[in-house]
Amino acid sequence: MSAPTLKQAPLQENTRVMGVGAYRPNVIVTNDDVCQWIDSSDEWIRQRTGIITRHRAPADVSVIDMAEGASREALEKAGIEASQLGAVIVSTVTHPYATPSAAASLADRLGATPAPAFDISAACAGYCYGIAQADALVRSGAAKYVLVVGAEKLSDVIDNTERTISFLLGDGAGAVVIGPSDAPGIGPSVWGSDGSKWDAIGMTHSMLDIRELAMAGKSTAALSDGEAAVTQAALWPTLRQDGQTVFRWAVWEMAKVAQQALDAAGIRAEDLAAFIPHQANMRIIDEMAKQLKLPETVKVARDIAEAGNTSAASIPLATHRLLQENPELSGGLALQIGFGAGLVFGAQVIVLP
Amino acid sequence: MASNEEILAGLAEIVNEETGLAPEAVEMDKSFTEDLDIDSISMMTIVVNAEEKFGVRIPDEEVKNLKTVGDAVNFISNAQA
Repeated sequence: MSAPTLKQAPLQENTRVMGVGAYRPNVIVTNDDVCQWIDSSDEWIRQRTGIITRHRAPADVSVIDMAEGASREALEKAGIEASQLGAVIVSTVTHPYATPSAAASLADRLGATPAPAFDISAACAGYCYGIAQADALVRSGAAKYVLVVGAEKLSDVIDNTERTISFLLGDGAGAVVIGPSDAPGIGPSVWGSDGSKWDAIGMTHSMLDIRELAMAGKSTAALSDGEAAVTQAALWPTLRQDGQTVFRWAVWEMAKVAQQALDAAGIRAEDLAAFIPHQANMRIIDEMAKQLKLPETVKVARDIAEAGNTSAASIPLATHRLLQENPELSGGLALQIGFGAGLVFGAQVIVLP
Repeated sequence: MASNEEILAGLAEIVNEETGLAPEAVEMDKSFTEDLDIDSISMMTIVVNAEEKFGVRIPDEEVKNLKTVGDAVNFISNAQA
């Protein structure tokens, strides 16, 4: 009797981004609003960051709600039913449950059950991490269609009175469907991490610290309203960054990563139709474009002016706007790069849907 | 190896490119933030360009100590030595 031969999933040669969806929550926060909380001005914020407004979600709109809105549009644009999805990936750092995942609930809401569903924690690089995984899943035969979502409600983890990062941040969600393709549609992913800079961007303290502080502190019931608010603010972890360290890394190290993604894809800067970097700060975007020596013909995504920095959602949101405002870019090549807390980074060249 | 005068001139060129400030405004005793109105992001751009121009390494934690143009010139000069 001959030994049984194991069957492996047939490989798929090419993949592509099939459709992109966006959800932008309806609360608009202007720079004048921000200046109620920090000593600054509209002009200063525009000059330093390029941000004019950011969208934030009201209390009754969750990360999963926003993810659902973006996903429905992405599925429709891709012409795919949720039941055809072979995996659902949500990148987020603001889903307020350590478990269960946002992705499992999202898959159920969309009607994708029993598709495998999981969240990834890669902050502002999360969307590009998701694309790297979706591309690998489809090409390996593990899934035919994969939904990749970046969804963030950063307004839940900011302290409006601090000056390093909170005023940059907005809420929102962007989603794409990845599927098989006749022609190459997603270049090799260049992705990685540098945990030696773990402290450069992150939360003020951990969940265990909250427990300890809550136990050590007086019961908030025994405090006056003002004291209770201060205690609560001190307990709640919020985001901070070392802006200078992050800026240097984001521009000069990430320009190298972006160039590696171009080289890996066999594409020159002048072949690009668009450059879609993580929308962290307009000056990072401008300086990166300069370092990459992008010709004027390359459209640079600048969704940050209106949307602020939305972490994992920023690249798909920026892609969505770019295609809405410049439909002729469809079918062109775009270089996308995400980078953020970890530190982590990911980049690839894609064909725009 | 560059003299302090050469480093100052080179630095002034970099500052001019980043901010548009006249090179002659970049003097040894001038504070980057107070006198030249250079913000933290522009400062980082100047630091990286200075590293390239003078072939030195200026670590992130050192940038905070470079208050005046003279601090930067001296740091670069010592780093080159």
